[in-house]
Amino acid sequence: MLLVAVIIVYPILYTAWMSLQEWFASSLTAPHFIGLANYRKIALADARFREAVGRTVYFTIVAVGAETILGLAMALLFNREFWGRGLLRTLAILPMVATPTAIGLVFVMMYHPSLGVANYLLSVVGLSPWRWTYSSQTALYALALVDVWQWTPLIMLIALAGLASLPREPYEAAHLDGASTLRAFWHITLPLLRPALVVAVLFRAIDALKTFDIIFVMTQGGPANASETINILLFNQAFSYFNMGYASSMAVALFAVVMGASLILIKVRRSTTW
Amino acid sequence: MRGGRYPWLSTAGFYGLAALFMLPTVFVFYWMITLSLKPQVEAMASPPSFVRFSVTMAGYREVFTKYPFFLYTWNSLVVAAGCTALGLVVGLPAAYSIARWRQQRLAVVILVARIIPGIAYLIPWYIFFRRLRMVDTYGALILTHLIVGLPIIIWVMISFFEDVPADLEDAALIDGCSYFSAFWRIALPLVKPGVVATAILSFVFSWNNFLFSVILAGRSTRTLPIAVYTMISYEEINWGTLAAAATLITLPVLLVALLAQRHIVSGLTFGAVKQ
Repeated sequence: MLLVAVIIVYPILYTAWMSLQEWFASSLTAPHFIGLANYRKIALADARFREAVGRTVYFTIVAVGAETILGLAMALLFNREFWGRGLLRTLAILPMVATPTAIGLVFVMMYHPSLGVANYLLSVVGLSPWRWTYSSQTALYALALVDVWQWTPLIMLIALAGLASLPREPYEAAHLDGASTLRAFWHITLPLLRPALVVAVLFRAIDALKTFDIIFVMTQGGPANASETINILLFNQAFSYFNMGYASSMAVALFAVVMGASLILIKVRRSTTW
Repeated sequence: MRGGRYPWLSTAGFYGLAALFMLPTVFVFYWMITLSLKPQVEAMASPPSFVRFSVTMAGYREVFTKYPFFLYTWNSLVVAAGCTALGLVVGLPAAYSIARWRQQRLAVVILVARIIPGIAYLIPWYIFFRRLRMVDTYGALILTHLIVGLPIIIWVMISFFEDVPADLEDAALIDGCSYFSAFWRIALPLVKPGVVATAILSFVFSWNNFLFSVILAGRSTRTLPIAVYTMISYEEINWGTLAAAATLITLPVLLVALLAQRHIVSGLTFGAVKQ
């Protein structure tokens, strides 16, 4: 019990304490207390941090939004008995457990503008080539696509489990009343499925806000900071410049963002109207 | 159940759509593996060859001869196994007591630990281990990887322990069993499937971990994800070699996950889906 508390709670308190100090781990001077100055800096003075926050939230909305729509569509499609159900679940699990670093590496090769298979596939279906992670305009979307590839199955699996537990009666009643499939979906399936969906979105949002591995491996926040999320900026502050105090205050801010997003989603779950 | 709720969708249409949805999943893995078997000229050929290509083991040979890949693999194994073992030793009793004595506050702490960004942990850990001169040791890596594994172990195991009827242990306690042996002899054997699943998950997460290892692993304890990352930085490197390295890292976790897929889903969804 004590060990659990030490491992989980102590580092957090330490980070919170560090965030009130100015300290470069590379220098010999001891940390000194500067109160809330770090927070004032990130809130008011640091435009780069603000952009990173916007980018992080935007990345999360794009990635999780796409995952939810795709995952829900797949769950609705696969919610029936069919040959190969086990195979489907196996395939769904694979991307989620695959090492993100390795997957990022494979996508880097696939995204190569002239030699990558991604642009070749685009040209086969008649689309013009993209610059993927090699252009500041598309980098964030290319990264979100990797996230979508990896995590859509998670939403699908949670939604499938939710669908499996739905009662049959409302559908029979709706059918008798002559409601269309679409209306039944909109008025029965979606509201009943909402708790499961919110849980799925919640977990995905928490993790997407914290995405680090694939961004760091594939772009390091570039090109020209176009994919620099809070995590990447914070990592560089802490471990390239060893600006520990400032980085700690960013870590607390990131935690606040993640926590805020979680609370909003939990509230959505509780409220009665969709 | 042909047609089912969507009579307009024929069986052929269903399988067509299913294939379309699952194609990207399969393709990325397929591409990774084929790329790893292609000689350099073909790996970078345009248009790329999808089915017909000459097979070579050069990529794999290079991975093992040019880089200390065996050492990296060993490091990954030691850290992942150590982290999982320690996680179970600490996590199982913790989950048991939360489930039995309804320690909701502790459960909330575990949930918050799942939410907190890993990097918020990394800063204090880094300062701490540097002071103790423990950077580049297995101990530092195992302890930090616990942050990822432990919340999952505890959270998933709570629901498993809650499913064990308390009457069983009460009976044992009345018969003069100690709390520990009630846990060890009665509750634990009943939740074995859960233990296996969480152990595998914890292993996989530790194996995949990049953030903690990139800072805390040094020359001698570098794990596989870090090794691959440092390989990317050499621009001129063979694609075949890179793909071979990616395949070597990914295959073990894929295999392990396949063996225990039933229970893994509930762990990945943090208990949201019970199988």
